[in-house]
Formats: sequence, structure tokens, C-alpha cells
Amino acid sequence: MNAPFRADGHGHVDRDITLSFTFDGTAYTGHRGDTLASALLASGVHHVADSIKYRRPRGILTAGVEEPNALVQIEAPFPEPMLTSTTVELYEGLVARGLSGQGRLSSEPDSARYDTVHAHCDVLVVGAGPAGLAATLTAARSGARVILVDELPLPGGSLLGSQERLDGAPSAAWVSDVVAELDTLPDVRVLRRTTAFGHYDDGLVLALEKRTDHLGAAAPEHVSRQRIWRIRAQQVVFATGAYERPVAFDDNDRPGIMLAGSARTYLNRFGVLPGRRAVVFTTNDSAYPAALELADAGVRIAAVVDAREEVPAHWRAACDERGIDVRAGHVVTGTSGIERVSRAHVAAFGQGRPGERQGIDCDLLLVSGGWNPAVALFSQARGALRYDAAIGAFVPAQALACVRTAGAAGGNFTLAGCLADGADAAARALSALGRTGGPVALPATDPLPDAAPGRVLWRVPSPRDGADGSHQFVDLQRDALVSDVLRATGAGLRSVEHVKRYTTIGTAHDQGRTSGVMTSGIIAEALGVDVADMGTMRLRPPAVPVPFAAFAGRNRGELFDPVRVTSLHPWHVEHGALFEDVGQWKRPWYYPRAGETMDEAVLRECRAARTGVALMDGSTLGKINVQGPDAGVLLDRLYTNMMSTLKVGRVRYGVMCGVDGMAIDDGTVIRVAEQEYLLTTTTGNAARILEWMEEWLQTEWPDLRVHLTSVTEHWATIPLVGPRSRDVLALVAPELDVDNEAFPFMSWRDTPVAGIPARVCRISFSGELAYEVNVPAWDAITVWKALIAAGDSFGITPYGTETMHVLRAEKAYPIIGQDTDGTVTPQDLGMSWVVSKKKPDFVGKRSFAREENQRGDRKQLVGLLPADERTLLPEGAQIIATSDIPAPPVPMLGHVTSSYRSDALQRTFALALVRSGTQRIGETLYVPLDGQTVAVTVTEPVLFDKEGARRDG
Amino acid sequence: MTVETPTRFSPLAAWRDELAQLPAGLRATELPFLTQLTLRVRPGSPAAAAVEATLGITLPGPSGSEMAGDVKALWMGPDEWLLVAPEGQQDDLAGKLRAAIGDEFATVTDVSAQRTTLSLSGDLVRDVLAQGCAIDLDPRVTPVGSCLTTVLAQAPVTLVVREEAASAVWLLVRSSFATYLATWLVDACTEYRGSTA
Repeated sequence: MNAPFRADGHGHVDRDITLSFTFDGTAYTGHRGDTLASALLASGVHHVADSIKYRRPRGILTAGVEEPNALVQIEAPFPEPMLTSTTVELYEGLVARGLSGQGRLSSEPDSARYDTVHAHCDVLVVGAGPAGLAATLTAARSGARVILVDELPLPGGSLLGSQERLDGAPSAAWVSDVVAELDTLPDVRVLRRTTAFGHYDDGLVLALEKRTDHLGAAAPEHVSRQRIWRIRAQQVVFATGAYERPVAFDDNDRPGIMLAGSARTYLNRFGVLPGRRAVVFTTNDSAYPAALELADAGVRIAAVVDAREEVPAHWRAACDERGIDVRAGHVVTGTSGIERVSRAHVAAFGQGRPGERQGIDCDLLLVSGGWNPAVALFSQARGALRYDAAIGAFVPAQALACVRTAGAAGGNFTLAGCLADGADAAARALSALGRTGGPVALPATDPLPDAAPGRVLWRVPSPRDGADGSHQFVDLQRDALVSDVLRATGAGLRSVEHVKRYTTIGTAHDQGRTSGVMTSGIIAEALGVDVADMGTMRLRPPAVPVPFAAFAGRNRGELFDPVRVTSLHPWHVEHGALFEDVGQWKRPWYYPRAGETMDEAVLRECRAARTGVALMDGSTLGKINVQGPDAGVLLDRLYTNMMSTLKVGRVRYGVMCGVDGMAIDDGTVIRVAEQEYLLTTTTGNAARILEWMEEWLQTEWPDLRVHLTSVTEHWATIPLVGPRSRDVLALVAPELDVDNEAFPFMSWRDTPVAGIPARVCRISFSGELAYEVNVPAWDAITVWKALIAAGDSFGITPYGTETMHVLRAEKAYPIIGQDTDGTVTPQDLGMSWVVSKKKPDFVGKRSFAREENQRGDRKQLVGLLPADERTLLPEGAQIIATSDIPAPPVPMLGHVTSSYRSDALQRTFALALVRSGTQRIGETLYVPLDGQTVAVTVTEPVLFDKEGARRDG
Repeated sequence: MTVETPTRFSPLAAWRDELAQLPAGLRATELPFLTQLTLRVRPGSPAAAAVEATLGITLPGPSGSEMAGDVKALWMGPDEWLLVAPEGQQDDLAGKLRAAIGDEFATVTDVSAQRTTLSLSGDLVRDVLAQGCAIDLDPRVTPVGSCLTTVLAQAPVTLVVREEAASAVWLLVRSSFATYLATWLVDACTEYRGSTA
């Protein structure tokens, strides 16, 4: 199908390449280089979607990222919601439909790759328009490392949308010369289709590169579709241009109403005429070149309606030459039309009130209310803005030490000014870096007539009766009206931030690019204050919508979070272990045999440990080497019990508390040598406890001569557990005297195990006779296999974390973080014995004396036996005093912290924190479960081998 | 009872084949079982002088390394170095250093099995690292010999620049993160692999 609105001889699209696409079910064609919006306009389609709230037909207002209206849902090749049709590059096979506000996420996973790349430079230039190119060239020629990012597929920025000439030739020639030179410089990187969306501290700028979106279904799978650049720049130049601002008038939202500069862009960048017969409504000079270029390309300009009383003579003359009717001192008061504008209502605007209106037929109404510098990123960098009354816009107040603007982003709107400002901004950036750049010869621009000041006009008063501004749209995406703003100020809101939240203006995908400053102006007018004092909405990252998939990048699937594994992991996998996530670690949970349920497997593993021999992988335990003359002093101050009296060759259990006296970790401490200890922490606390100890050492006791070194991953740890563990160990450690007297409980020996130098500790986390074999991680598999082989005749059984938990719970050994929650003292755990009464001080000691910590009715760790020995209480279940659940609020006595089936007890059991628990031993309490209550008997926490008879085998 | 001949398990042994198939421009080899000792000593102290005399090197300053000799020293912090030596020297080296330190305050800890070392070389190294590492590897910023403890993707690593413009680096990574890192590295090469296929 031939596109009826293509203008011959204009535009940068490749007319040799025709692309087919479907919009709202109708097939169209466009060309390589089109956006979806330009291709639709070329086919005469203006109505893209209906508005979200009032369901009014809406069209294409702009030609870029500032578009508030023309949202589309992409359906193929991959569903993607809420894209602005003005920024979607056209590709073959695109299927889209217009969107009324809300889109639809794909129900299928996105199979495209997304990634992140870090980059560094001396000078980052954002925007490849005239200012940005001049800045980049200046910086690049100095030899600096330069990155230039630009959102468009082609360099040139605003030059692409105008017919202004450089050095007497089309500007494209200069642009391509500059880019060709940049391409030859090894320290310059030019990123196209890349939008900077956030400025963060220390010169970090994030930018989104759309790498293969424009290829549609032809995008290669191995190339990331979008990439987030994390650019760290010493100096940043934001040459981000400006956005044209509309003026609010009645029915200013119809399709066919477009910003004047955008229409100019459609002509010059895309070779598209956005209409046949246009009315141009302006408050400033910038709409005149648009009107003239469109007229020359064949658009009938029915009238230029200029709100200013005086129209500059040269513009009037140029219009006269083309027979264009210029109406100075007039405004557009409203429009007619059904699906699209068909008439503009024009009236004289003498005393700030419109006079009698006259209709002018048109299919296109171009509007220019002036230009707002694109200061979002500068503002994110905490650059201050000031109101410039001459242009009715907020501009950067002054450059920051490392961040500056150039060109239209700084309120400089002439081509010559932009070029010079770009070069100047780069020179200042270089100077801040202590570099000097030579002057860069800038191209000559066409002579410009003297600029006349614009008129600042936020809205045209409504000629309609009824609520003021109730047909004048401010934020088209949010369907927010002037009357909404006035309702907000009428309700007493005085801040633009409050009005923003009251009206939702500026909260859509476009961040109020066309509505924000207008809102400030309307509020200021309504309140009778100066816009300069009103300020404008705070601009926050991301400046443009960024897909979550891009933020996630490659951190998906198996790379979502690091999976940490021990050196024995391959064996566990090979032997059918199921794994439990413990922090980032994968730990074997249990090893089911064929057909076994989890309960059956865990009971079997428990039985092996209590009646024969079993082993597990304990390598994830945190391990910290503590060395130095004051090592004992440090440990005495951090553990609740005494460590300095430990003898070389011996092991001691210890608890650490926070300054509040609450248990934060527990583990074992072995004394390796006179000035060396090795302590273990719980798996999840390894890093935290090292930091905790370092913090005390470095900030409170720097006088102590102690060094801490994490050795968590140097050592693999294999607990060998059960009445037959001594027999197994004897087989693989021939040099070790395993006799109970020679190698007693809580001692350690260095000895070869399976030929590997090992440190064997007699430590038990199960109450059974048990050893812990420690070897360098790379030797663990040898030792593990040797233990398995040696234990074969004893039925040696690998067990996982679940069995470990059952065994320790039967003995009431607490797990810090499961049986405690940061409000539990060692005394609450029934471990007063671990709190030294002799030491003058240690972390937490003072808090034990607090009245709160002395109360008899604190929650204490107890055992619970359900009346029905088959009932497994859920962990976390609440405990109450009565068999009937009273009316809320139900008095809670505590909760279940651990609950298991016990092979040794041949029943279920639980540990719980219960108020006054110690005094309640023997009482019956109740656990609400499934609308009923389960009776439980409170017991001593230790339920198995209370006398500790099994420890020595 | 049979005991197998001791076979040590290096964290990336299972990745040897996959790492060998990375695209041209990136060679990745594990250097397993290196001797690694954590040395903690106050710079400029008599103990430091004793260590330096024993090793015959000057302990490198911040973000630096001394990679010339058999025993290499990697700066890990203001009073911390990782000494890296060929396989099997941990006991000898620790013994020598402790003897030299004598009654001064400095500590030596064997951490040989804590980390494995991945040697990367080729033209693609810098590009691949840029996908997950915030360090500026430009040779003017990070010259040969630089030693930086940082993160690569989500794995803590110590990165040593071995050759100009990061065309060769060492990555020392905790053994438990090695599989994650290898998975990440292979995935990071997807783009280059596709283009050469």
C-alpha cells in the first residue's frame, strides 16, 4: 500500500526498504528508519488510542520520548506493553495496537537476553545533537576518553528535524564528518539507540541501549536485546535538548493536534506530512520555520495564529510570500472534530480574554507554547534550576563541578548558540580535568534574523460556561485537566509536588515532559504567585521507562543469586541428595532412597546416627582463625564464657551475645596454639560474625594485638557420628589413639586421615559419640570416600541438614536464628552455664542485669510433646493456655520454634519458646491447629539421653 | 577396606572442557592448588621488614601486587597480603615466615584451599569483565600489577592485572563461588560465541 502522506525529497528513511506491519488489525507499510508513529502518519493514521479515563480519541502529539498520548501494545514478535509509538523503530512483521493507558505483560517468559556493561570515561556527553556533537568533538580531540550516548539510531538530534544548513550544506554532511572522525579515535565510544535515564552520585550515569529491538523477529538470539550501560564519568555534559511545550485550550487533545516542532521533525526526519491543511498556533518564533518548511513541502497552512501582538517582520514577510494568513494577537480557543480535529476556533486575545471566535478548517493543528530545556538528568544530579521568565521555562542555575548542560538543555535555542555552547561546555569539562583542548572550528550557520521574545502563555481562558478548564487537558496520559489543577489549588494545595499527587499529573510514563512546567504555570496563575517561586516537579530516575528485564540483565535463572557449593557437592548430587538453601549455600537436606518419602529417609538417617554410624558435610560452618598475643583477651570479651583458660589441644563451646545480651551466634572454639584459636560460627552468620569481631577490634580495642582471618572455605568439615564412629575413624586414622582417655570429648588431634593431614575434633552436635574431621577443602572428597568405604560394614549413612536438626533438637541444642529471634538470652535457652560469672566484662554482660532480663516470665526454651504422638506441630504455631480458643485478642504464651518426628523417641516432639516456660514444665498447653486445639505437655527441653551417657560411645 | 589414591578436587576441575571451548579471544585456565597464605603485618614494622627480607621482595602498596618471583604478594588491605606460591609450599613458607617474625607481632595463616585461581587471557578479557566488574581496566588507570578486591557479577573476587590492558588477569575466587563464576563467564561469552559460529 502506498503511503499517501510521504513527502518526496524529504527525510532520512530508507525508501528502498519497505517494511510491513499491522496496527489495530490493519496492514500497513513503512520504511527502514521510520518509527511506528511516523509510519502511521505516513498512512494518514492519527487516532492511536482512546484516553484512559474519558475514552477520548487521542493521536500523536510529538515525535519523541516526550509523547504523552500515543502508547501502543506490541503483540508480535514478542508481547510488550506501554511503548510510545514515537520511539518504536519500525521493523518487518511488527504487530501493535493502540493502548488506553494500561498494557498487558506477556504470559510467557521473555527468551531474549539482556545484559549490563560497565564503562568509564573522562567526559560523557549525552545527546548527539549540534551541542552534543560539538562537545564530543572538542573533548575527543583533546585525547580524553569520551563516551557519547544518543537515543536515536542516527546522530544529529534536532538537526535531523530541521532544514538548517551548516557551512552552506545540509547539516547531515557536517554530522557525518564529525561521526567519521569520532569513529577513528580509539578512546571515543559512540552509543546509538542509547538513552541515559539516571544520574547517580560520583558521576555514575545509567543508560539503556536498545540493541536489537529494531530488528524484530530477525534479532539474533546471541546478542542481548537491551543493555544497561553503567557509565562512570569524571565529567558529564548533558546536551539533552529541549521539549516543546503545548498551550492548554478547550479540546486541545484531539488527534491531529501536534506540537509544531514535532511536525517539522516528521517532515524532515521521516519525510512525512502530518496533514494537508494546518493551522499553526504559537507564542514564539520557533513555529515559523515549521510552518514555512511544511508549506514548502505541500501542506496548506491555513493560518498562523500568534498570541503575540507583534509578529517579527521577516516571519510575516516569509508567510506573505507563501500566502499564509498570519493573525497576530490571536489565540486558539478550542477545536471541533470527531475522530480528528476538523476546525480550530480562533479569537483575538486583547486584554487576556478571547474575543469572538472564528472557525478555520484544518486537519492538523500545530501548537508551540515555547520550549522547556530537558533538565531531568541535570536535576537528578542535584543541579539547581531557575525560572527564566523570558522563555517561560526552568533552566540550569549554574553548572556543577562535574556536571553541566550544553545547548538547548541550558536554554540556548539557536543552532549557532548550541554549537558554541557545546564546544564551550566540553572545554570547561576538560579544564576541570586539568586538560586543555584546542579550539575546534565550528561550522558556519545560516544568518538568523533577530529573535523576538516569545509570549509566556500557559492556557487560553475557556470560552465555555461551567467549571473553568474542564475541557482543557494538561496531562493527556492521565486525562488530567486544568480544572483538576484548579480543584487542587481550591482545596488549599500550594506546592507543585502536592498538586502532582492530587491530580496524578506528571506521574505517567512520560514524567510530565509536556505537562509539568505548564502545571507550575497554571498553579502560579491560580494562586497569584510567581512561577519562579513555585518551582517545578522534582525529576527522578529513571527518566524514561526501563523494562525490568533490562534491570535484571543476566541475573536470571541460575545466575539470579550465586549458588555456593562445597567441595563435596558433586558427591552429594551423584548420590541423590535433595538440597536445602541455607543463605546462598546448597546443603544436602536428605538423601532419599528409591521410593522413600522425606519422613522415611530422615528417620532412617537418624536411626543410623543413633545406632550405627553416619556422616554429613559440615563444610559451610563459618571458621575464623584468631591469632596474636591478645587472642584470648579478645575472645573473653566477645564470648559469654571464658576462652583464655582453654588449653592447647582442647575445644570449648561458646555463645556470643549482642550488647543487648541477646544470643547472636554460637559455635566451638579450639585452641590451636598458645597464641592461636580457631572458632566456628553458624553457616549463615560466617560473614556477619567476622565483621562483628573486626568492628570491636578495629573501633573499640585497636590496642589488642590480634588478627582475624576467615578460613571458612579452606577447611572442609565432616562430622562422623554414632556409636560406631570410633571404629570407622580408627580404620582411616591409624596413627590416632582413638581411646576415650587418650582422645577425650572436647579435644582435638592433628593426625592423618586416609593419608591426608587432618584435624580431628571430638565435638558432638547430636549427643552421640562423634568426631569432626577437618581437612583442606580440596582433600575432602578423598577423606569422605575413605570414611564411606571404612564405614561400609557398619552401614555408614550420609545424612543431611534435616537429620542434623532432629538429632540436635532431641538434645535441645538450639539453632541461633531458628530457636532464637534476637530477643532470647543464653539464660532463656537454659544455658546459664555458658555465661561466665567470673569475667569482669564481656559484650552483653551489662544487659543481663537489666530488670527486663531478670523477669521470671520471660520466654524460655522448653520441649513440647503433643498428646497424640503422631501430631507434628507446625513450626511457628502459637501456644495458648486453654483448650478452647478464646475470643480475640487471644493471649499467646509463645510459639513452636522446632518440630520433628523422632526415631529415637518414636514420636513427634517440638521445641518452643514459652512465657515462664521453665515453671510450666509438666503443664498441658494448647496449640491451635486447623480450627481446633492440640494438647501438648511442656517438658524439659532435653528429651533424649538427658544424662549424656552416649557422648563417649 | 580400600582407600583410593588421594585425588584432590579443584573447584573448577569439572569445568575444564567447557572453559576450553570459550570463544577465541578468551582463554580461561584454572591454576589449582596454589599455596596461599594470609599475611597480616603492620607495614614498615620490624616484622614486615623480616618478612620482606625472607621473601626477598617489598610488600606492595595499596591496590598493588608483586608478581615477579616464585612467591607473589597481593595487597588485600592496609595490613594484609595474600602470598601466593607454587603448589605444596604452605608448610615450608609459613614455617620460614613465622621463624623470621619471631616474637614480633605478625601472623601467617594457611588459606591455600580457600580460593582457586582462574587465569584469563586474550583480547576479550576486558570486554567480558566489563559485563560484571565496575573497575576501570584501562591501562592508564589500572596498570599491570594492579590488585583489586571487588565483585565480578555477584561473586567476590580478587583481580590481578597480569598484562597490559587486562589482556591477562588472575581472578582469585572463593571456592564455593567458583561454579557460579564459571557459569557466569560461559554465559558472558554467548555474544562472542554466536558471532564466531
